[in-house]
Amino acid sequence: MDPGLALLLNGVVSGLLLGGLYAAAAAGLSVSFGMLDVVNIAHPAFMVLGALLVALLWSATGLDPLLLSLLLAPAFWALGAAIYVAYHHFFERRGDEAIQGLAFFFGVMFLIEVGLVLAVGPEQHFADAAYAGTTWRLGEIDLPLRMLVPAAVALAAIGALALFLRRTFTGRAIAAVAQDREALRLLAIDPVRIKRLAFGISIAMAALAGGALVVVQPVDAWSGHVFIGRVFAIVIMGGLASLGGCVLAALAFGVVENVTATFYGPSWSPAVAFGCLLLVLAIRPQGLFGRAA
Amino acid sequence: MSLSGGLAGNGRPALLAHRIWAEEVNARGGLLGRPVELVYYDDQSTGAQVPGIYTKLLDVDKVDLVVSGYATAIIAPAMPVVMQRNMTFVSLFGTGVNSDFKYDRYFSINPAGSDVKETFARGFLDIAMAMDPKPRSIALVNLDSDFHQRTAESARYLAKQHGLRVVYDRAYPPSTVDFTPILRSVQAARPDIVFVGSYPPDTAGMLRAASELRVNFQLFGGPMIGPHITAQKLQLGPILNNLVVWDVYAPEPTLQFPGTQALIERYQPLAAKEGADALGHYVPPLAYTQMQVLEQAVRRVGSLDQAALAADMHANQFDTVIGPLRFDAMGEWTEERNLYTQYQGVQGNGIEQFRKPGTQVILYPPRYKSGELRKPYTAGA
Repeated sequence: MDPGLALLLNGVVSGLLLGGLYAAAAAGLSVSFGMLDVVNIAHPAFMVLGALLVALLWSATGLDPLLLSLLLAPAFWALGAAIYVAYHHFFERRGDEAIQGLAFFFGVMFLIEVGLVLAVGPEQHFADAAYAGTTWRLGEIDLPLRMLVPAAVALAAIGALALFLRRTFTGRAIAAVAQDREALRLLAIDPVRIKRLAFGISIAMAALAGGALVVVQPVDAWSGHVFIGRVFAIVIMGGLASLGGCVLAALAFGVVENVTATFYGPSWSPAVAFGCLLLVLAIRPQGLFGRAA
Repeated sequence: MSLSGGLAGNGRPALLAHRIWAEEVNARGGLLGRPVELVYYDDQSTGAQVPGIYTKLLDVDKVDLVVSGYATAIIAPAMPVVMQRNMTFVSLFGTGVNSDFKYDRYFSINPAGSDVKETFARGFLDIAMAMDPKPRSIALVNLDSDFHQRTAESARYLAKQHGLRVVYDRAYPPSTVDFTPILRSVQAARPDIVFVGSYPPDTAGMLRAASELRVNFQLFGGPMIGPHITAQKLQLGPILNNLVVWDVYAPEPTLQFPGTQALIERYQPLAAKEGADALGHYVPPLAYTQMQVLEQAVRRVGSLDQAALAADMHANQFDTVIGPLRFDAMGEWTEERNLYTQYQGVQGNGIEQFRKPGTQVILYPPRYKSGELRKPYTAGA
């Protein structure tokens, strides 16, 4: 194969795998920010909380990190539901969610980070999955399982969530709650209960993303910072309430970053990726899969 | 000191070394007949916190002596406050901090010396040029940070001096998650040797990517900060084999000075209790040295006169746990001591092998050399 073509194909494939990790990180935010209008800036911190808990559990049990993150998901759901109750009581109910709600989630983020340092220290923690050292080769295309397995598990989880949102009554209520919460009341559905359920799901997705993250790289309390800009950009680019759009935007982000890094140097990657976001928003202000107002 | 935030992984071991020093000094009767008390605050790894902390230390707590926290980003913001009050200042792991301030009471505990461009990468390039056959090309990869820009500049400059062709020369941003495209591009450029400057999370990503891409370079390494931290040593295990890494200390017989082993043995049980870096080979020896320099100057001068302390530090040699030291006019070491070490024979992920000599041999400088270069680097394959 021509070396330039091999570089391009590997850039695209590794970008898709990286996009899988970004999709895992952004899917939960797509639910909370995109569907519920809750600007949860602490979402990457929840992901890191999940990652560090997975790392601790892995060192104690030796179980697969992704399996551990699945086992943690119900606890994270409960944590998310509890946080939403507090958020609703103190901010949303009083109509103060815009700025004060944002400050609330900033506070939650700092609490998580400081709490993690006090609990597990500032050092990096890791979890070695059994497959992390294996790379599949398809001709000249490399598929490192360290990236492939988390991406595949993340996409499967997002697919299951999309089915739940599309096929179940509760799922459709979640999709509807951000559009018209009063209409839900006419159907005898409590919009607060639905939002509590959905916010719990978004935090449970953060636990899964944490499992994926700790397979890919070592994690410390502040590892979420590099994801804050990316996950919000991905959710906005995908069209806020669209899980499919979120996945597509995440994959596009990964491919643009890696192909740019391969051919023009890694310094250009963030600039080109965020430039693409601006371009998409200029052409389609509602995002790739968003509905125009 | 950085006790939380991104620098805390090295800040906490540094403070532990300071506490060990204080306990030992007090057990010997203190300094100038008084017990030593450490007064410190958490700078949260944020430079913006530092001026306020030093103002409080000097104006409210009325401390007699000041030293820096860990790293350039924390040392530089302290300089204006310290200079305004004419304090003698001993810093820890600051690179080129005084090149702009030119403060004659600044003293640096950092082996890089005052001429980073001329000397920092010399060891790496000297090792490379002694290989048979000699390399003809080099790739340079570095994090887009102050320290790594300086180290890459040194490698670029010295590569030119040696007539090496630079086939790849790129910096990456701190937000980089996937290092595979970078290493694949380096591979495609077919360099004989690769000089990398990175910090811990990136180093792990870089070496994982190297393993996945089955790299084969005659020489691979540089200031890849990461394996210096015990947790990363253990995680990477055999991937470290044949990696040539800039370092400040390695437990080799050629680098033992009075007090070195005693410090490590005192540090490790405390670190285990407090959850700090388990081996303590990176920051603690230098942090302890920072306090030894201050102690020896105070004992010689016999007072807390800051001008006299600075004059003494410029004039005299210090015997420390990392060997004898002298400072030049800029407060840097008169003789740089950038160590280039190579991991050899790492098996599995056990910690005991890293306590013993022979696992991280010293290749440069020749006076501390404890092993021969093994090549190529194949990321544990």
